Amino acid sequence: MSSFSELRLDGVGRRFAGKDALVDLDLTIRSGEFIALLGPSGCGKSTALNCLAGLLPLTAGSVWMDERRIDTLPPEKRGFGMVFQSYALFPHMSVRRNIAFGLQMQRLPRGEVKRRTDAGIKLVQLEDHAGKLPGQLSGGQQQRVAIARAVVLEPSLVLMDEPLSNLDAKLRLEMRTEIRRLHQSLGLTTVYVTHDQEEALSLADRLVVLREGRVQQIGTPEELHSRPVNWHVADFMGFRNIVDARVVGATGTEAEVEFDGTRLTGTVAGGSAGVTAGISTGATVKAAVRPDDLRVTTGAGLEAVVEVVEYQGREQAVEARTPGGRALHLRTQERLAPGDAVRLTVSPERLLLYPSDAGSAAQPLVEAGAGT
Amino acid sequence: MAATTSTNTTTRRRLVASPGAWLVWAAVAFFLLNLAGVVGSVLVSSFGTRWFDSWFPEGFTGEWYGAAWKEFGLLDVISVTLQISLLVVLISVLIGVPAAYVLARRTFPFKRLVMFAFLLPILMPPITYGIPLATVLYKFGLAPGIAGVVLSNLVPSVPFVILTMTPFIEQINPSIESAARMCGAGVRALFLRVLGPLLVPGILAAAILVLVRTVGMFELTFLTAGPDSQTLVVALYYSMSAAGIRAQQSIDAMAVIYTSTMLVLLVIALRFVNPTQLVARVKETPEP
Amino acid sequence: MTLTAERAPADPGLRHRLAERGVDRQLLLLLPAVLFVVLLFLYPFFYGLQLSFAPAQGGPFASYIAFFSDSYQSGTIWITLKLALPAALLNVLASVPIAYRMRGNFRGKRLLTILLVVPITLGTVLTAQGLRNFLGPNGWFDRLLGAIGIADMPQLVQNYWGVFFSLVITGFPFAFLLILSYLSGIDPTLERAAATLGADWKQRFLRITLPLLAPGLATTFCLTFVLAFSVFPSAVLVGDPAGSTRVLSLAAYQAAYEKFDYSLASAIAMIMGAVELIVIGVVLLARSQLYTGTTGGKG
Repeated sequence: MSSFSELRLDGVGRRFAGKDALVDLDLTIRSGEFIALLGPSGCGKSTALNCLAGLLPLTAGSVWMDERRIDTLPPEKRGFGMVFQSYALFPHMSVRRNIAFGLQMQRLPRGEVKRRTDAGIKLVQLEDHAGKLPGQLSGGQQQRVAIARAVVLEPSLVLMDEPLSNLDAKLRLEMRTEIRRLHQSLGLTTVYVTHDQEEALSLADRLVVLREGRVQQIGTPEELHSRPVNWHVADFMGFRNIVDARVVGATGTEAEVEFDGTRLTGTVAGGSAGVTAGISTGATVKAAVRPDDLRVTTGAGLEAVVEVVEYQGREQAVEARTPGGRALHLRTQERLAPGDAVRLTVSPERLLLYPSDAGSAAQPLVEAGAGT
Repeated sequence: MAATTSTNTTTRRRLVASPGAWLVWAAVAFFLLNLAGVVGSVLVSSFGTRWFDSWFPEGFTGEWYGAAWKEFGLLDVISVTLQISLLVVLISVLIGVPAAYVLARRTFPFKRLVMFAFLLPILMPPITYGIPLATVLYKFGLAPGIAGVVLSNLVPSVPFVILTMTPFIEQINPSIESAARMCGAGVRALFLRVLGPLLVPGILAAAILVLVRTVGMFELTFLTAGPDSQTLVVALYYSMSAAGIRAQQSIDAMAVIYTSTMLVLLVIALRFVNPTQLVARVKETPEP
Repeated sequence: MTLTAERAPADPGLRHRLAERGVDRQLLLLLPAVLFVVLLFLYPFFYGLQLSFAPAQGGPFASYIAFFSDSYQSGTIWITLKLALPAALLNVLASVPIAYRMRGNFRGKRLLTILLVVPITLGTVLTAQGLRNFLGPNGWFDRLLGAIGIADMPQLVQNYWGVFFSLVITGFPFAFLLILSYLSGIDPTLERAAATLGADWKQRFLRITLPLLAPGLATTFCLTFVLAFSVFPSAVLVGDPAGSTRVLSLAAYQAAYEKFDYSLASAIAMIMGAVELIVIGVVLLARSQLYTGTTGGKG
């Protein structure tokens, strides 16, 4: 199938019997890009992928490949490849026949099928297992077959639906590297669905964060990691501490908030304009901070008592409770023990303040600062 | 506390230990003994010469089989039985499997209503729908005759295939189909190269079960069969209810022929299906 | 139907609406089966229903009145229930302890299961013939009782008991296999978990296994009841077809094929279906009060 320079999703939506699974998705995918669709389960990311694949008919919007409308085409006519969470290998075919299947469907000459199948088997280093049935392979090997089966067609777009979530932790890291390596060497345009923010950040050129069927933020890993656009995205991007705080003074992009009787200075986030819609004195905001950014200090800070300590190698993961009864998570190299009283602080640029209204989910944000 | 045992490994030990177990096994043994008596008395009688006031007949002979074969025209009856059963199997698989596929894979408006309509023929006593159905078939001139017998036997068979195949198709991961389509397979290639081979065991099981049920189905065949479209079980019923005209032993011989036909089918069936599937829909995942 | 509209992709709005409801051309695969049910089941059924209200003589309800005013006819309802309910109940209740014993694997299990399956393939007709030979006068059972000194054996065939036995012989294996499959669907670790919590054998069965099995028991009872309720050949062959085992099927058959009163026959068939659905409805209603979720087993 021919390649494209731009794949455009235009207001794509999908409803199931009156319930929205995906609303108004606008996204432009450039050739060679690696896009991750990220979100908790049920956020609509798999729906989006299946709509793109053609496995699920749209209930709104359209999909364009350059100037050609493709959302009316059946999946087999779109020329995409797909890797499934459950691998979805044909259980009655050998590894070789699984990989050759798509090539045979294209009615390629026998010699070419064999040559490209061999190349595919070699690509994922399964030469010794080519004659086996999928049931005889390990999970990692099965996933490699699934990847080879998708890429051997040289599709214009590869879709991956949580391909690593059935693997154990070690294998997942290995396969992650392998997928990245394949993407770099073959230059395949890829859309990758995952609920694992770390996976998405490490693989993708651009991320699309979804919640309840709506796009929350589209941006580079860097942008998402440091500047989540609302507290839901922050929550999902690893800001484990999200607490309600009261604004006592706002100055431009910074604001002072009070939490459990302690005053902290944070950065107003949410909306790149820096205008502080819900951030005015007296308002309640969501204050978000990563466990890594919460520091134990000897000076002034938030008082808390250590409750749980988890050993994590060089660092400890600590859960501490404030006098107000709120649990905070932090990571520290200091050796703490349950019962220790600590004082915690955070630098202003690492404490992000968001308007606390949940309504922000309703307004999808435009593709701002999308450049790579 | 020592008696607290895990259930899997100690069943045999418990057999020795508990009186409750003895009671259960005794009940099973009693049932099987009587069953053996029921089957055995027919079998012995069919080979016996004169058998009145004794434990066993005075002598043994095989001549009743020859007599029954000729007297009841069993060759015709058996060939009619086979024709009817195979036709029913073929048609019910052709109609039932695509429907089962849709029911397993799709949600659509009025799906529950459609499911209920498929369930009704299995829940209803055959006589309840058999009599109106036979009346209609007679009205259209389809009964008595093979066509009527086949059509009436389809009524429980098609829903049976649907109910057997639906869970079987459900347990085939739908993303395998998606994968095939993403590899460029159209609907035809999907069914021929991917779904077909995966469905064969299920279709085989459903087909054999329908075969067994059709050969054994009395009521519907009885209501729609004419003299030249009787299946074995109906012919047997007629010869039994007209007992006295013919020698008891030749009826027994015919019953044995019927049972052995069923047993052959049963043995074949058990090679493909789990015994519980003979009565229930496919519940257990078949081995890959 | 709306299905044909799908071919007009010119209207994207309609296509999107149909997609939301899950309607597309694939649903056509369902068409033969739906046609089949309509033509061979629903149409005859409603034809019969209409026929039952259109007797040769009398008002629209004449056939029903004839059935219910004649105790020889209406008594068949009670006769049928008196046979089918106890038989179904016995089959289900006897299966539970046996199936419970036979969970898990032991030597000879498959053979035993197969032996228990055999009666299903015997069918009612051979069972009837066997019962006649085995339980009849001078049959093996009679001689056996005579040998151990019970000379005065009650009559066991050509009456209520003959039909009852044939219902047990054909129905018990059916119930047993169903219950065995339900029981194997219950995760055995649940009982082990209960054991670690201090439940003894009886408590484990009554408080863990039985509640999980109960919906299966209800279903099994329904299916066994349907089987017993439609009893026909054995009522003739080993029963007393003119008296104590004149069941509904028989009454319907005689009306249709001996008196050629198709209206009465249809009326009896409808009454038969209604009585059966009432019994099943009551059981299923009770079942809906039970927990019917996953039982932790595979498949």
